This record gives sequence, C-alpha cells and structure tokens, in this order.
Amino acid sequence: MNIKDDFPILKNRNIAYLDSGATSQKPQAVIDAISEFYKKCNANPHRGAYALSQEATEVYENTRTKIAEFINAKHREEIIFSKNATESLNLIAYSYGLENIEKDDEIVISIMEHHSNLVPWQKVAKTKQAKLNYMYINENFELSDEEIESKITDKTKIVGITHVSNVLGTINNIEKIIKYAHKKGALVIVDASQSIPHMKIDVQALDADFLVFSGHKMLAPLGIGVLYGKKELLDNMTPFLMGGDMIEYVYEQDTTFASLPNKFEAGTQNVEGVIGLGAAIDYIESLGYDKIEQIEREIVHYAIEELRKLNFLDLYLTKNNENHSAVISFNIKGVHPHDVASILDAEGVCVRSGNHCAQPLMRFLGIDSTCRASFYIYNTKEDVDRLVEALNKAYNMFKKYIKI
Amino acid sequence: MDNLDEVYNELIMEHSMNSYNKKHLDKADYSEMGHNPNCGDEITLEVKLDGDKIKDMAFSGHGCAISQASTSIMIDTLKGKDIKEAKEIIKTFIGMIKREIKDEEELKKLEDAIAFRNVSNMPARVKCALLAWHTIEDILDKRENEGTASIDCCHK
Ligand SMILES: Cc1ncc(COP(=O)(O)O)c(C=O)c1O
Ligand SMILES: [Zn+2]
Repeated sequence: MNIKDDFPILKNRNIAYLDSGATSQKPQAVIDAISEFYKKCNANPHRGAYALSQEATEVYENTRTKIAEFINAKHREEIIFSKNATESLNLIAYSYGLENIEKDDEIVISIMEHHSNLVPWQKVAKTKQAKLNYMYINENFELSDEEIESKITDKTKIVGITHVSNVLGTINNIEKIIKYAHKKGALVIVDASQSIPHMKIDVQALDADFLVFSGHKMLAPLGIGVLYGKKELLDNMTPFLMGGDMIEYVYEQDTTFASLPNKFEAGTQNVEGVIGLGAAIDYIESLGYDKIEQIEREIVHYAIEELRKLNFLDLYLTKNNENHSAVISFNIKGVHPHDVASILDAEGVCVRSGNHCAQPLMRFLGIDSTCRASFYIYNTKEDVDRLVEALNKAYNMFKKYIKI
Repeated sequence: MDNLDEVYNELIMEHSMNSYNKKHLDKADYSEMGHNPNCGDEITLEVKLDGDKIKDMAFSGHGCAISQASTSIMIDTLKGKDIKEAKEIIKTFIGMIKREIKDEEELKKLEDAIAFRNVSNMPARVKCALLAWHTIEDILDKRENEGTASIDCCHK
C-alpha cells in the first residue's frame, strides 16, 4: 500500500511536503466527495421542503453524527460546526468566557498555546479584570506536574491547553490537567488541532469540557472546524453569531433561539467542508489510528535520529519520545530560519519558518523563530533524507559566514 | 528558484553576517524602525543629513540574511547621494524587485544593490529585500512633509 498515491498533489509535484502542521494535503477520496456533493446533492440544508434540500440536510447532519462517534461524544448535538479551531475558540471565549468569568478569577493557559487559544483569553481577562496565568515548560520542553499543580488554583475558572504543541510537538498530559482542573472547579478547553490528525480522541474518556479542532489539518478541506462542548454547558450559553437558522421565533424586538446545535450555526454553513470532513474521517478510520501511529512513529523517529546527527542544528524537542508527536522545530545555529526555509524550498523541501503563531513561546525560548518540519501519514524516509540533504546544503552555503 | 547562489551570493552573505554599517550614529537626524511581521525582521535605520545630502547612515536590528544585507548595501549605495538622487535609486530598486524595471542602463544606478535582482524570483522574500528601502522612503517622506514650507522658501 502506498499512501502517497492517494494524494494527487504529491504525485503532481516532486516535493517533500513537511508542513502538515500548517495544513495537510487532501486524499482523492476527500476531493471526490466534495465534487460528488455538488454534482448530486447541492442545496441549502434546513431551508427547503423539496427532496434535494432534504438530502443536503441529511448528508450534513449525518456527518455531525459521524463526528460525534469519531470523538465519542455522548450526544450528536454536542458537535458544532465552525470555520476552524480559531472560530471555535472565539465562540467559547465570547459565549462562555465573557459570560462566566468574573473579576479576580483566574484563566490558566500554557506558554505553548497558539495565538488562537491565547489572544481571546487576553480579551476576556482584560474585559472582566480577571488574571491570565501561564504554565511554563521545563528544560525538556514539557509541562511538569508541579507546574500544572502550582498554576491551577482554587481561583481558576478556565484552563485552556493545547493537546500537542504546534511548535515543539510536545504531547501534553491533558488527562492529568483535566482531572486536576476539575478537582479545583475549573473547566478545561482542549485545543486538539495538532493531535486529532495523529491520535484517537475520546472526549468522554478525557472528560474534556470543550474540545476544538480544524478539519484542514486532518485531510479535510480548508474552512471547516469543529467545536465540541458538553451539552449542559452549550445549552446554557448564549449564541455567538446571530442570524438565519439559529433562531426559533423572531419578533420585531425579540427573538428566541433554536436549540442545539443550530443555536451556534448561524447562516448558511460550509456544507462542502462538512462533507469533506466526513470523507476525511472515513479515510482516517479505514487506515486506523494504530496504523497511523505506527507509520508516524517510524518516520518521526528516523527524522529525529538523522537530525540529531547534524551538530550544526539546535533542536527544540523533548528527550521523551513517548511525549512527542509529529512536529520538529530546529534552527541552523547562526542562520535565520527564513533563509534556511528558502534554501530548502529550492530543493523541493517544504518546511515552515517563523514564529508559528506562538510569539510568547518564542520569547520564552529566547528566539525569534524556528524552522519546523511536520510529518503525516504520506511522508516517507526519502522525505527525511531530502530534508537532511537540503539542510547540509544550507549549512555549507552559510558555513564560512556564520558568526555565533 | 533554480540558482540559489544568485540570491545568496558572496556580497549578500558578507553584508548579512558581517556589516560595517551595523552601528549607531553619533547624532542622527532621523531614526526609524521597519518591521516585517512575517519574518520577524526588524531594523532601525539612522540617518544624518547635511542639507539635501545624505551624509551618513547606519542600522541596527536583526532578521534574515536578505533583510540585513539589503539594509547594509542600501546604506553603501545611498550614502553621499542627494535626496533627489536617492529617491530615484529607491524607486529603481523597488521596481527591480517587483520586476517592473528591467532596463540594464537604469539598473546600473543601483550600484551594489543590483545584487538583489534575483530576489524577484522568490516571492516569499520580496518583503525582506524591500524592508530597508521602504523604511528610508518613510524617512524621506517625513522630512518632506515637515520641511515643505521652509524648503520651498529656500529654493525660491
Ligand atoms: C495548536 C493549534 N491551535 C490552533 C490552530 C489554529 O487553527 P486554524 O488556523 O485552522 O483556526 C493551529 C493551527 O495553525 C494550531 O496548530
Ligand atoms: Zn526576512
């Protein structure tokens, strides 16, 4: 079985695509599902009495059920569609945060949060005069138990935590964080954007209060995201966006809102995105997370081994392989990551360089930016070899000029 | 990009890693920061004028090789020029990077800054090459706006 063959773009272009942390490539099955939808079922769901609209409604709603089963949600209406993880997090910040946080309450997040799970909490904290506190990483790029227990206190009302860091690849101990936060009476929001492409998520086993992710990092199209929330929480929240589809009765001066999930899905939705996400989940399930983990473990371990041999590199990586997912950040000592990325690009190796929407983490690490290689099921050892070769080339170009 | 060495050439590498223009001026007339949020490139340009002449320039900051070298080489090119001439050169450099100016004769006035011509083949890096040039543009605009009245009367 050659997984690469399922991804047309990887056949069409001779590249080592190592930026799946930014967005994954899409398999033929996902591309087909979207085009089939437009050829056979396109209509505005929930808005027509005719058969075609009913069918569109059905595929849309069936995908909700599929996602609920995929992450083991108790109720299908606990799955809300959004644009992306960012919108899901904003929805929580506005509709839960602003309504429930009070003066002097504490919001706790980690220093490795993506800006999307950070900036909204700054807004809530500032508006409500609450405190925004950070859990910092240790020298091994991990959150220690002591750090977790010292930052989450009796005053903490919300904990926001990324399951996997998009910069460090660190897998956070969210089981521990959720248990501890619940003991202290706080709710936990899990950002699963970088974990759900790679590992099984079970929201009930985790007992997560909210969990968000984007479809586009897990083989689905751009522009579709998911918010999971416990029903009793979502039921008591006010809507985020107002308009069509999310209402029950509208009078001149007043409105009653629809029940879940429609309450949070205002306006015509990204139906092709939902269909594509459904197809992506089918693809992931047909491969199975066991197989996915096996493929990735092999590739990522190989990459770590090879990169560790390059003594001109700084790696920002935990030593505990079992706490590390599919993202590796590195720098050529003394060379700016954007120059490295350009040279890699010329060799057909796609990596990201920059601050990865994690400026506070960069500042904490005392650097401006990193290069980041991120891996997924279609990557091979040849991709890693191309990366290593290109890095050697970049180093050799800069070697005689480097001043450290 | 086929030929990377044309972008990361000797001159650019030397200036980026080892610039004699990276220092502070004694008494600068203007000091302006330029920032490229994509890359995190950050430079502060210092300029000393003598009437209509750019008497001295220096920079500080950090960023990728292209942004740093472009700043340093720009300083070499513009130092000693009068403002009108400098503006022409700036316009030409921006035109070259945006592939709007290709005329060899016209490009000659860029002196060493012509070393950046192949950056136009790397769209992701165009901003890096232009950072310093936009920053000096801002400084010269600023001067023009604050000085219009007095300059007008001097020239009349
Ligand atoms: C950990 C993490 N959270 C949130 C996001 C935001 O995702 P999106 O831009 O799709 O909303 C990303 C992706 O960039 C991410 O890596
Ligand atoms: Zn740059």
